[in-house]
Amino acid sequence: MDNEALKEFILQRVPEAELAQGTQYLQVVVPAEKAYTLLSELKSNPQTSFDYLFCVTGVDWPQHMEVVYHLKSTTFNHMVVVKGKISSREKPEIETVCKLWRTAEFHEREIFDLYGIVFKNHPDLRRLLLTDDWVGYPMRKDYDDPVNMIAY
Amino acid sequence: MEETVYKELESEEYFINMGPQHPSTHGVLRLVLSLDGEIIRKVEPHIGYIHRSIEKMCEHDSYQQIVHLTDRMDYLSCHINNEAVCLGVEMGLQLEVPERVKVIRTIIGELTRLSSHQLWWGVMGMDLGAITTFLYGFRDRELITDIFEETCGARLTMNYNIPGGLMFDIHPNFQKRTKDFITYFKKKLPEYDDLLSNNVIFRERTLGIGNLSKEDAISFGVTGPTGRASGFSCDVRKHHPYSAYNKVEFKEILRTEGDCYARYQCRIDEMWESLSIIEQLIDNIPEGPYKAPTKAVIKLPKGEFYQKVETARGEFGVYIISEGQKSPYRLKFRSPGFSNLSALNHMAQGCKIADLVAIMSTLDLVIPDIDR
Repeated sequence: MDNEALKEFILQRVPEAELAQGTQYLQVVVPAEKAYTLLSELKSNPQTSFDYLFCVTGVDWPQHMEVVYHLKSTTFNHMVVVKGKISSREKPEIETVCKLWRTAEFHEREIFDLYGIVFKNHPDLRRLLLTDDWVGYPMRKDYDDPVNMIAY
Repeated sequence: MEETVYKELESEEYFINMGPQHPSTHGVLRLVLSLDGEIIRKVEPHIGYIHRSIEKMCEHDSYQQIVHLTDRMDYLSCHINNEAVCLGVEMGLQLEVPERVKVIRTIIGELTRLSSHQLWWGVMGMDLGAITTFLYGFRDRELITDIFEETCGARLTMNYNIPGGLMFDIHPNFQKRTKDFITYFKKKLPEYDDLLSNNVIFRERTLGIGNLSKEDAISFGVTGPTGRASGFSCDVRKHHPYSAYNKVEFKEILRTEGDCYARYQCRIDEMWESLSIIEQLIDNIPEGPYKAPTKAVIKLPKGEFYQKVETARGEFGVYIISEGQKSPYRLKFRSPGFSNLSALNHMAQGCKIADLVAIMSTLDLVIPDIDR
């Protein structure tokens, strides 16, 4: 499916999606509540069949948070970037995609660890890289740690 | 009566810790195994012992500095990691590097892959109890390390790629030494087969162990030789060619068995392919400058850039979100080892503890790459 067809496909399912052509891939921004619906449709629909999730990233913006999913289909070789926009920075929540792609289990744990984004219905949501008693979420822009961080 | 006997023999699940200081984990990785007798029921990896938060550091560093952090991640694929960041920055700047740079980067990248696979082969034999392979692997790896030392001055955490090209031109001896190495190693590679590939004990310990189906490989995002042994066609060099990979002919090694032996064989075959790629390029390095002019302070335009390359372990991705500043707003490293490790629990269930060592070996984990 080319980018135009993909755009149409996505807009039919999630009309509030904001689409933009990035430097490389088609980018789709959807509210966090709609992200799972769209992702599961992209995965399971035989027309798109995005079966390979190669990167999951958390991003901390000044007003909101984002989870970025990079998807590729091994059958059709097309790619898309889906961004789940989480409006609350205080209590960020989004539905997990572990049921769709098992690689998300580790990636989402890492994002929870470093950004504090809670993935609902994740089978095993614990800190991954940091110790269990760590306070705060280091990758957030407002995180401050005078002991372990070097001020520039 | 019968019931009491049954109860006496009933086994209970128990836990043991493997690592963080265990020779076969190849670094500081801790695995919590839940066992039923000798059978593994669950493997839980605990990572982060050498987490340095490289991604956070990148948010304060210039793009030239970031390059030097990446070879501390997967130190066996350092040139390829450096190349990934350089290509990402060049994509952002829309900078076309000279042909000479592309060819040299490809040769250096393939030499890195060879040296990584040589080390893996040596260590894999040692994990399974054959110490000779370790000495053989390091003997041959030494020659590549010498070539690198002459050209870029370091033997392990090498820095040669910079945004825009290379730090300096290749050493005058580079071509001759590389060609000598190819002639030498072509004779030595069949020895690897004699020692391990056709070894009865080795085959017994790897054939049919740690199976991973193609669907699971894709779902877990398992890439590199590990994914290709399961039939997942994921070679970035073929699917998204970068540098000079579109100018050379090579096969993507694919197998369907998905067991430890298939992963082993995949890497051995890849060594032959790497040798062939270097052979095609080594006499055809175009003349020209070794770097394109760049500004002292690199500022990427506002936007997002995702660059992936094929390291010795699989697909390595650099995701740069730029706000137009001299440092990225967010930089994410998609490391192959991280995703490959997540499949370990799935692969090891039902195996014995000794099999876990074989599976770990064929996953070819480098822990700093996972922890970042």
